[in-house]
Amino acid sequence: MAGVATLRKPRAEPRAARTRSAGRLGPKVRRNLSAHGFLIGAVLCFTFFSWYPIVREVIMSFQKAVLGGGYAWAGWTNYIRIFRDPTFWLAWRNTLEFTVLALVFGYAAPFFVALLLNELRHARGYLRILVYLPVMLPPASALLLFAYFYNPQYGLFDEILRLVHLPASQWVFQPGSGFISVAMVSVVIASTWMNMGAATLIYLAALQNIPGELYEAAELDGAGLWRRIRHVTIPQTRLILLMLLMLQIVATMQMFVESFVLTNGGGGVGDNTLSVVMLIYQYAFAMSGASNYNSASALGVMLMLVLAVFSGGFLWATRERR
Amino acid sequence: MSRQLYQLAGFRKGAAVIAVACLGLGAAACSSSSSAPSSGGTGNVTVSVDCAPPAAENPVQHKEWVEDVTTFEKANPNITIDSVYNYPCEVPATFTAMLRAGTEPDVFYSYFTDLPQVLLAGQAADITQYVNSKTVPTLNDIVPSSMKAVTAGTTIYGLPTVNYTQGLIYNRSLFSQAGLNPNDPPTTWAQVETDATAIAKLGHGIEGWGDYSAGNNGGWHFSSYMDALGGSMVNNNATPPTANFDNSDGMAILEALHTLRFTDHAMSATQGLAWGTLQQQFAAGKLGMYIAAPDDIYNVIVPTDKGNVNDIGMGPLPSLTGTPAGSLSGGNDYIFAKHDTPAQIEAGIKWIDFEDLTPGLGQFNFARMKADGLPVGFPEPELFDGAAGAAINALRAKYATINTSYYAPFVNANEAGDGEPTDAQAVYKTLDPVMLAVLTEPNVNMSDLLKTAAANVNTILANSAG
Repeated sequence: MAGVATLRKPRAEPRAARTRSAGRLGPKVRRNLSAHGFLIGAVLCFTFFSWYPIVREVIMSFQKAVLGGGYAWAGWTNYIRIFRDPTFWLAWRNTLEFTVLALVFGYAAPFFVALLLNELRHARGYLRILVYLPVMLPPASALLLFAYFYNPQYGLFDEILRLVHLPASQWVFQPGSGFISVAMVSVVIASTWMNMGAATLIYLAALQNIPGELYEAAELDGAGLWRRIRHVTIPQTRLILLMLLMLQIVATMQMFVESFVLTNGGGGVGDNTLSVVMLIYQYAFAMSGASNYNSASALGVMLMLVLAVFSGGFLWATRERR
Repeated sequence: MSRQLYQLAGFRKGAAVIAVACLGLGAAACSSSSSAPSSGGTGNVTVSVDCAPPAAENPVQHKEWVEDVTTFEKANPNITIDSVYNYPCEVPATFTAMLRAGTEPDVFYSYFTDLPQVLLAGQAADITQYVNSKTVPTLNDIVPSSMKAVTAGTTIYGLPTVNYTQGLIYNRSLFSQAGLNPNDPPTTWAQVETDATAIAKLGHGIEGWGDYSAGNNGGWHFSSYMDALGGSMVNNNATPPTANFDNSDGMAILEALHTLRFTDHAMSATQGLAWGTLQQQFAAGKLGMYIAAPDDIYNVIVPTDKGNVNDIGMGPLPSLTGTPAGSLSGGNDYIFAKHDTPAQIEAGIKWIDFEDLTPGLGQFNFARMKADGLPVGFPEPELFDGAAGAAINALRAKYATINTSYYAPFVNANEAGDGEPTDAQAVYKTLDPVMLAVLTEPNVNMSDLLKTAAANVNTILANSAG
């Protein structure tokens, strides 16, 4: 009998295990049904509007158009052509210049504005709206406004310079190819004005999450304003600061609309504000015939790789160490 | 940092990498698809036609278009014209994207320079067998250079509807105010300088000369200046073709413009201008001269920018000798889409013949244009020779509402049209920075500019050939 019992027992156990497993799976699926529903929507969106274009673009960068429609394999030809284009290196240099300048202006300015707003006791809400207002303007409208400000004949900025007896400037059309050119600084000023509101609000939210006790303790220890910022504010907002730094670098490396609108699509005198993304646009659209989507795709892939390597490196270097 | 925050940071890292990967790419590639043929099974056919004038921008032209569609459909009850309203008729970026997506209308508008990219995209239908003197009675009178623009080898892909050469558009009223003879426009660059300086001295924001340096328009004008001096932008005899503007003609043009800007102070301090800006300035009476084709006057300056047609005259392009050797010539056409059915091609040809290629009808219905208050009498398009050309010129003269003698200096110069250069838009794009530098830098090195631009164009042409 014992032998029979021994033989029967193993048969019975898997059945019980299957029953228990099925019993757990049903409620689990039901419990997460809405989550899976939401997930499917997001996954479909990413698939069609992000991942598919990425894959397609990588493929296109290795193809060339053939007469009569369709594409043929082109190997590295598109990449080689881009490397031979003299404006390729200029565009990268300009993009780097914009990124550096945009960090100096666009990264630091919102943080200090947020600090200021955080310290205010009155009219904070009103000022918050004022700071955020430019973000609500469509970028093209905001930039056309700056194009008017920069106009050398009737623009506001030259009018101010003339009032204080300083030589007028051509701003975005000012010749000059130095690393910090007047033209690029003009583009950065417009860009910072347009975009700093969003970053300011994020900083402000982070600042307001810092427990007041930390500041009180610091004050009791005799810490002044700078030391409170250095030892309380910055460590407490480190995560936000680092994340925004990375996102800002990624965004500024893709500068396009600022220079495009301010220079009428030209890229400035001597292409001194031509960015990598503007060059992608020119390859794809402005030079019909000779250049094409494939060269534009190749440059897009290169920019993606640079940004992906940068982001990966940045996240690795700034990871929390225990 | 709390553990929750750290986990959140980890999540954000993943999200950030995805976001970065997405952000790093530019335009998404569009899948190719063509619209389904719209011809009915009962002999009825619907054909979509590009470049119908929208009511908002061009109310009078819109009214005339609608009238023509009604008349045409009444005469051809089996054909329905599906008008595609757009202004301007072509935006290059959209046009290129449309070709890549294969979503163009059945009969679509294009510039003469577009045919290579249309063929490369495989979006043009071969209509050779449908085009003959029966379907297009004026076919043999169409000037060869315009037919060439819609033909590759012996295959016809479309029909031309407008052609042009450029000349000097000038404000006769400002000439008079500046003490100049409005019947004697300048013909040399030296005369341009003298006249432009005199006009600029009128003050009140009035400039003597205007030019483009953005949107590929600067290079476009530079090419026309080269043609007037007897040169050509690209040497097509070389293999691969090479840039042909880094020479004394190119230098003469740049020096003339630089002098106008910085020595004569006859040009605006606002530069980096693209198409559309000079027309506004001219219509407002703030610009003395610039170069353009006559359609700038009857399509833009008068109807859109509300300029006074009685103040406008035209002369030849400026040259060094006073006699322009030629002019950049161009134009536009209708190309038939690859996805068209034979019935749509036949219907499309019938429509274009009615609207654009028949004396007295459509765009050549000068009697109606006069009745509608549109200016009549401009020397453009000059699409025909022979009997058709003579008939159109007779009708134009009969219904002229403008003083055609104001255009006599331009007409009498009889500039030879030089087609646009190989890879025209890329060449123009490369010359835009040259024009911009000359018009913004007082101490510019023009020789270096031309050398660099020529090297860049050579790279483009070599790539194109490869």
